Amino acid sequence: MSAWEQALSRLEAGAVLLSVWGEGAHVHLAWREGGSLRHLAREAVDREYPAVSARMPQAIRLERALRDEGVLTPRGLPDSRPWLKHDACGEPYPFLAVEGEGLHQIPVGPVHAGIIEPGHFRFTCDGETVVRLEARLGYVHRDVAGLMRGADIEVAAKLAGRISGDSTVAYAWAFARAIETALAITPPARALHLRAVMAELERVANHLGDIGAICNDGGFPLMQAHCAVLRERVLRAAGSCFGHRLMMDCIVPGGVGADLNDEKIRTLTALIGEIAARFPGLVRLYDLTASLQDRTNGTGCLSPALARRFGAGGVVGRASGHDFDARRDVCYAPYDGASFAVPVLSAGDVNARIWLRIKEIEQSLGLLSHFLTTIPIGATRCEIPPQDGEGMALVEGFRGDIFLWLALEEGKIRHCHVRDPSWFQWPLLEAAIEGNIVADFPLCNKSFNCSYAGHDG
Amino acid sequence: MTISGAIVSMVAQGGEMGLVLLVAPLLVGYVRKVKARLQRRQGASLLQPYRDLRRLLGKEVVLAENASWLFRTAPYLIFALTWIAASLVPSFATGLMFSWTGDLIVIISLLGSARFLLALAGLDVGTSFGGLGASREVMIASLAEPAMLMIVVTLALIVGSTQLSTIAEFLRSGVAGLRVSLALALVALVIVALAENGRFPFDNPSTHLELTMVHEAMILEYSGRHLAMLELAASLKLLLTITLIAAIFFPFGMTSGDNGVVDLLGVSRGILAWGGKLCVAGALLGLFETVIAKMRVFRIPGLLGIALMLGLLATLLLYVSRGL
Repeated sequence: MSAWEQALSRLEAGAVLLSVWGEGAHVHLAWREGGSLRHLAREAVDREYPAVSARMPQAIRLERALRDEGVLTPRGLPDSRPWLKHDACGEPYPFLAVEGEGLHQIPVGPVHAGIIEPGHFRFTCDGETVVRLEARLGYVHRDVAGLMRGADIEVAAKLAGRISGDSTVAYAWAFARAIETALAITPPARALHLRAVMAELERVANHLGDIGAICNDGGFPLMQAHCAVLRERVLRAAGSCFGHRLMMDCIVPGGVGADLNDEKIRTLTALIGEIAARFPGLVRLYDLTASLQDRTNGTGCLSPALARRFGAGGVVGRASGHDFDARRDVCYAPYDGASFAVPVLSAGDVNARIWLRIKEIEQSLGLLSHFLTTIPIGATRCEIPPQDGEGMALVEGFRGDIFLWLALEEGKIRHCHVRDPSWFQWPLLEAAIEGNIVADFPLCNKSFNCSYAGHDG
Repeated sequence: MTISGAIVSMVAQGGEMGLVLLVAPLLVGYVRKVKARLQRRQGASLLQPYRDLRRLLGKEVVLAENASWLFRTAPYLIFALTWIAASLVPSFATGLMFSWTGDLIVIISLLGSARFLLALAGLDVGTSFGGLGASREVMIASLAEPAMLMIVVTLALIVGSTQLSTIAEFLRSGVAGLRVSLALALVALVIVALAENGRFPFDNPSTHLELTMVHEAMILEYSGRHLAMLELAASLKLLLTITLIAAIFFPFGMTSGDNGVVDLLGVSRGILAWGGKLCVAGALLGLFETVIAKMRVFRIPGLLGIALMLGLLATLLLYVSRGL
């Protein structure tokens, strides 16, 4: 049996697919067995290879995007429609057929009424009940991987931080770790601690924003008003401590680009104290508002079997019993020295996803005070040697595990592949909405909060 | 009635019609302001709805290619029907010139016609959101109207008339006293009023999510002066329902405009009392909408069913108490 075959049978036996991508005439496959990351590349003979998605359905969209590049052809791809490149198929896009009596279609997007990213949703409904939802994405495809090809490390690091702005810290960290693995260097301990502080601040800010936004879509703007105030506090503290509200470009390969002095550490400690004091009141407000609970309970259920099958990471997976957190399981520094719980729920509905975010904020606050009190003294950056190498990294962003693989050649990026956690979450949203009513879609969608830009790349 | 009396009466009626039109956007602005303050926001100015109307009136109308005459005329008809209904409800004075037409059944049918037109207009252009909104609106209406009729029956049994002026005069005189039936009818009427106006928990008037809209989904395709007419009609309807509840259940401070004799003191007292009632009701509405989340679409029949049952109970109680 070839190595490729062996990898596929391991995947079928329970290993988790991380990504499939192409580089020239080679097709790459990355997967995870427990906490260890595996990678395999094979040459595609005649630019063709047997499609991974013929056996692993979660790879369908990845391989459709791979096929869009026009270099490799996955043989036996179950769905051969283009995915990210819209000009590859003439309009109209062939949506999957739904047949039945009295069914009607509702097209929504790609331009939405709120300030959100573009994506098209095609609902087929029986009255108010959704029979099928099909999403069409790719409207914000910028081909970041193409821009990175041949770029300097500094330029590529900036590009990586701009793939999905709301998790710029996690992306920058994934890129930095992949570079560091490729060159076998370890950044100073102080830099690692600062990275974790930034990553947890990002997680807290985004989860606060999400909790408020979900409640707002359920018709309860009061919660959003309070959550938005707290989120703004986090962003302002980040702005004054790291020089950028979203902490963009603060993590660089080899270390960090911003340092904390005692005064800034005091600012952050005060922020943590304020959130810890005010957040429980908001949790009570959510818990005691029966009309809101009525909306979130039992809405948009994602079955644990499906979440496991797709290897869905982040809040979406953990709210449906998929117990994986890269911080704990891949155990990268400095999380190996910290103690924290990874909350997991099994209900899989909107309510579970809200509660999971609430619990993660509590854990992140604990982690933040741990990292701030134990921050070591020393340098914040080390030199990047001009060597060749290949490296990959899995970093837990607020949406889930971000996978990044790159190859270096003569100090430049030969190829970089990034897989946003949303790749495995968007298809599950389509499954979770089935049987719900159309009016509950915004609630379900917000509780998933998948990334458009991160997915489209 | 003398000629001068007729003129005074006409002026008073005309004044009332003008006043409701002037005050309606202010009420909407006020409710928005209350909600904003409760949500820790500054909120837009109280006069913002007037500015919005002026802006919309100055804009060109964007019409869908397949829009029929119905789509173009519906906003004016809806506005006219709602305005007439709003000016028939006694606000600060009973017994005005047209008060003989101010019958509860008439008002319900005027509003029903306006809604029928709006639902048709929503369907006219053939967009999926218009159809979605129209279907939801009709579902709500078909449940709210029976409840409304039960309330009317209760009032008619107590007062012996469905004419609003008479009802207000009768209840103000205190002959009816405190009745359980009236309390039940009040609760039922408040539920129906919230449904009629597309307020929480039935509909969210400030949402941007097309998939969850009811009223807003039907008017999604409207723009310019058409939209201005519909916005104005919606604010008139809110004013109408609050005034209606106030006239029936809290009729104090109203002046009597009978026989063309209108004393200025009574009129100013009536206007002050009406303004006070609107302020209280608007604040209560804002508070209610802040503390409650929007309801799932399929829970709406349950809540409207409660209104219907309360109306039925109110009617039955009247028979039981008379029978004893």
